[in-house]
Amino acid sequence: MSIAERLRPTTATRRWAGLGAAAVVWTVLYAVNLPLWSWLVYDVVGLDPASRLGSGVHFFVYDSVKILLLLVGIIFLVTVLRSFMSVERTRALLGGRREGVGNVMAAGLGVVTPFCSCSAVPAFIGFVAAGVPVGVTLSFLIASPLVNEVAIALLFGLFGLGPTLLYVGAGLVIAIVAGYVLGRLKVERWIEPFVFETRLGGQVIDSTAGLTWDDRIQMGIEEVATILRKIWPYLLVGIGLGAAIHGWAPEDFFTRYAGAGNPFAVLIAVLIGIPLYSNAAGIMPLVEALHDNGLPMGTLLAFMMAVVALSLPELILLRRVLKPPLIATFVAVTGTGIVAVGYLFNAVLG
Amino acid sequence: MIIKILGPGCTNCVNLERVTREAVADLGIAATIEKVTDYPTIAGFGVMSTPGLVVDGKVILSGRVPTAAHVRELLAPLAS
Repeated sequence: MSIAERLRPTTATRRWAGLGAAAVVWTVLYAVNLPLWSWLVYDVVGLDPASRLGSGVHFFVYDSVKILLLLVGIIFLVTVLRSFMSVERTRALLGGRREGVGNVMAAGLGVVTPFCSCSAVPAFIGFVAAGVPVGVTLSFLIASPLVNEVAIALLFGLFGLGPTLLYVGAGLVIAIVAGYVLGRLKVERWIEPFVFETRLGGQVIDSTAGLTWDDRIQMGIEEVATILRKIWPYLLVGIGLGAAIHGWAPEDFFTRYAGAGNPFAVLIAVLIGIPLYSNAAGIMPLVEALHDNGLPMGTLLAFMMAVVALSLPELILLRRVLKPPLIATFVAVTGTGIVAVGYLFNAVLG
Repeated sequence: MIIKILGPGCTNCVNLERVTREAVADLGIAATIEKVTDYPTIAGFGVMSTPGLVVDGKVILSGRVPTAAHVRELLAPLAS
């Protein structure tokens, strides 16, 4: 029996009372996290806050709990809210749109539509076969992983509103512009012909139609469990590395090589990020530690975007429908956008 | 009854197959379960978010992994 089945409430009152109680527990845990660990690590165990070991251990336990709480809360909320959207509805909204307006809408919908990159291929075929322009479809496929709800949550929790808005805005602009440029390049010749020959049969069923509140809450709980099961090793490694950097890396180690003084820093960060496959949750603790070490925000955001938006497994999947020249152009256009955003942020944020 | 599981072989598709087999066994109905991994065929059913569940040529669920209990509810009326 799944977790959600065991937790399934029997009445509406119990459902909302359960949710309310969960929200209270969450808030209390979040509030006591810092004082509790400071007391345990520094007062009970007796480690020195000024020592490397002390600050490293404190960072590791405090950050693990904080990130875990943020992830649970935000994944749950986002999944429940997103259960009101579906890929089917998004396609209906995009059908018959011209390029330009279509790209803007597709990028926005890419952020709010529940979408797993494992569905990239059937969605691509479904969109194109329904007459959505290729460039518009690509805007959707770029925005969906690039502006990631887990990344939004963690950025907001760790860095505040400013960097979060910059990230969302930049991600949308990259998806809109890259999709538009790819559409202008007449890339239809680089798409496997079977895509255009596919005839859509059967009735389209909306994957989120007829859901009750209990279903949506259940989906939220399942999604939290699924994502945490998938990302906890990345998370631990990320926080561990973060703690190590925090406690042990020489003060100017990273700034010397990748700081504002190195004009190639953003480019190198993006080139390193493309083949790396992780998710926002694994990369964010590292980003936080590197930021504390003095790396500029633009370089770090560019690195994170390259990791989440362009990944080898997704490119291999897309190869089923896109020919190699289009895959290469896709990576080049999106990568260039990310690099540009990195330099822009470094310049703006100083 | 012919049940088709649509999906390229990701974790979700494997999970859907598992809960479907459970549901079929619970209901004690005679059904053949086939896997469809080929993209044009999946798209041909109109499914854009995998996994998808097709019973006798009709899509009854797509985009998420239901519980075995939910699959039982969906299959029961179709079996008779």
